Amino acid sequence: MYYIDPHLHMVSRTTDDYETLAKMGCVAISEPAFWAGFDRGSGESFRDYFRQLTEVEPKRAAQYGIQHFTWLCINAKEAENVELSREVLKIIPEFLDCPNVLGIGEIGLNKNTKNEAIIFQEHMELAIAHQQQVLIHTPHLEDKYQGTRMILDMLGEHSIDRSRVLVDHVEEHTVGPVLEAGYWVGMTLYPVTKCTPSRAVHIIERHGAERLCVNSAGDWGPSKPTAVPDLVLEMRRRGHKESLIKKVVYDNPREFFSQSKNFNLENPAAR
Amino acid sequence: MNSKQILDREFLEIRAKILEVAAALDRIERAEGEVADDPRMALISDAINVIASEHSAPIRAEKIQLLFSRAYDEQWRNEFSIATRS
Repeated sequence: MYYIDPHLHMVSRTTDDYETLAKMGCVAISEPAFWAGFDRGSGESFRDYFRQLTEVEPKRAAQYGIQHFTWLCINAKEAENVELSREVLKIIPEFLDCPNVLGIGEIGLNKNTKNEAIIFQEHMELAIAHQQQVLIHTPHLEDKYQGTRMILDMLGEHSIDRSRVLVDHVEEHTVGPVLEAGYWVGMTLYPVTKCTPSRAVHIIERHGAERLCVNSAGDWGPSKPTAVPDLVLEMRRRGHKESLIKKVVYDNPREFFSQSKNFNLENPAAR
Repeated sequence: MNSKQILDREFLEIRAKILEVAAALDRIERAEGEVADDPRMALISDAINVIASEHSAPIRAEKIQLLFSRAYDEQWRNEFSIATRS
């Protein structure tokens, strides 16, 4: 089955991973800008990172027949540094017309601080000013519920088409409020700290598959870039129809991304 | 799948996961030191109670997630002195 991984940090992965993903049916990836594992020292570091996301990764992915799309921002962790964040916010517009840029992301909260909230709002204003879609990171573990509710509070202050916003890393306690507010949701399949394939399917069975995507969020930490095929297998083992599985792993991300003018997905069946 | 089929499929996995939890708690107990006052032990105990309890709807996972979550305060903007944008 063809699938799209809507959240995968390929700058942290090897070329072998691209090959494995292609063998498993992955036809497209979207890569949000994120934390590199250390705090960067200047805005120029981000300019180089954005060049990596818009120039280098698309070429690396194309070698394996995978289309690479991306989202730009300063991540929630480094957003604690307001001065650096504002430097990066000024750089982002230079890259918004690059052919693989889908929008602003993954913005959000990390420890739910005042500075993170300030920079989240400034990212939202940037996205609205440039008619960009938005991809949002929600915090980890004990901070997730509080942070997700704060994010929903802040999103409610902006006049943005809610169908152009995806709130990512939802779990059992946050999926409901986000869907009820009219946004898209993303579920991340992580070994310990987020959803397992089994729990993700449980959530799909409870909440349905509308406005819902599933991703691996593979990065430099413990993660599995081929986690989406694990979900496909789990859904098959539970007897779900192929049409529902395809909706979750291919049709839904395609529908969400199609709202961006730069999303030009080639039909894999027509290759 | 009906509930019997799910139980057939999941029984050994559930059994294994419960044993993992039991063995981890045993290991904490036989180690040197004292953690009875650690609030995380109370959280674990509360979570086990949620698993064991009956619910009118299948929301055990959601309840446990909330148990392990920080509280949300609707007035968080006041603490940060941040005005709403609207």
